[in-house]
Amino acid sequence: MKLKWWHIALMACLVVACLAPLASSSPDGLERVAENKGFIDLAQEAPFQVIADYVFPGIQNEALATILAGLIGTLILFGVVYGVAWLLVLRKKEPA
Amino acid sequence: MHIPDGFLNIATVATTYVVSAGGVGNAVRIANKKLGEKQVPLMGILAAFIFAAQMLNFPIAGGTSGHLIGAALAAILLGPWAAVLIMSCVLIAQCLIFQDGGLLALGANIFNMGIVASFSGYYLYRMVTALLGDDRRSKLVGGFIAAWGSVFLASIVCAIELAVSGASPLQVVLPAMAGFHALIGIGEGLITGAVLSLVLATRTDLLELQRI
Repeated sequence: MKLKWWHIALMACLVVACLAPLASSSPDGLERVAENKGFIDLAQEAPFQVIADYVFPGIQNEALATILAGLIGTLILFGVVYGVAWLLVLRKKEPA
Repeated sequence: MHIPDGFLNIATVATTYVVSAGGVGNAVRIANKKLGEKQVPLMGILAAFIFAAQMLNFPIAGGTSGHLIGAALAAILLGPWAAVLIMSCVLIAQCLIFQDGGLLALGANIFNMGIVASFSGYYLYRMVTALLGDDRRSKLVGGFIAAWGSVFLASIVCAIELAVSGASPLQVVLPAMAGFHALIGIGEGLITGAVLSLVLATRTDLLELQRI
């Protein structure tokens, strides 16, 4: 099979996901504003957790748990959006 | 800028859900008419890249971080409705799997980072490239301005939702959100410009696809 451009691009995305442990752990813009302006305590926990906060559960090494969460998410999103787009093309309606 | 549950009141939650559901429905209908085989891999790649890049928070001033939204990049390459589809999938996955952004706030998050950011990014890019011309430099300048503006505008809409919900008065939350996101937008602009320049250097044809 010939390597297509998007095979390489997907590999590059997976490399980006592996950089996730290097990310800044400071609060983001919205969290910072909520802290500074005193409404951060309004935030509620999610009613269920799957891979909460991009840390794969049950793995001691946090960098590894973050990378695993990133790789899973990257592959899921590629698969889901590729699949949705493919279905939309396949069941194409002719422009009116 | 993912809003957790608890920040928005029921009226805002309901309104943003209705508007976003309508927006996503329209995006599906338009994509169903216009999407071609050539765009399919790029749709998947952009979703994968936006998810991965959103994990990479970069520090800005004052112990605060920001991350890419990616809507402007997707809208520049594929058009605003395709970008709404991609951003919605990313935001839904982040909400359901990674507990980033609340379940009740999902409508607002799709509205801010999906619809507002995609359309503002798309039209800002169109405006700048119409004014400056169609060469490489104006495309990169357009990409930077579109990306910066998309983050800035999304943060203003987010601030209005927070104020309407009674989380914080508008005169307090609006300048704070706009101020931090004016800085985060610079990061968005630089990343968007870098990806566009990579596309221009390797696969110019990806910038010539029909916009959806």
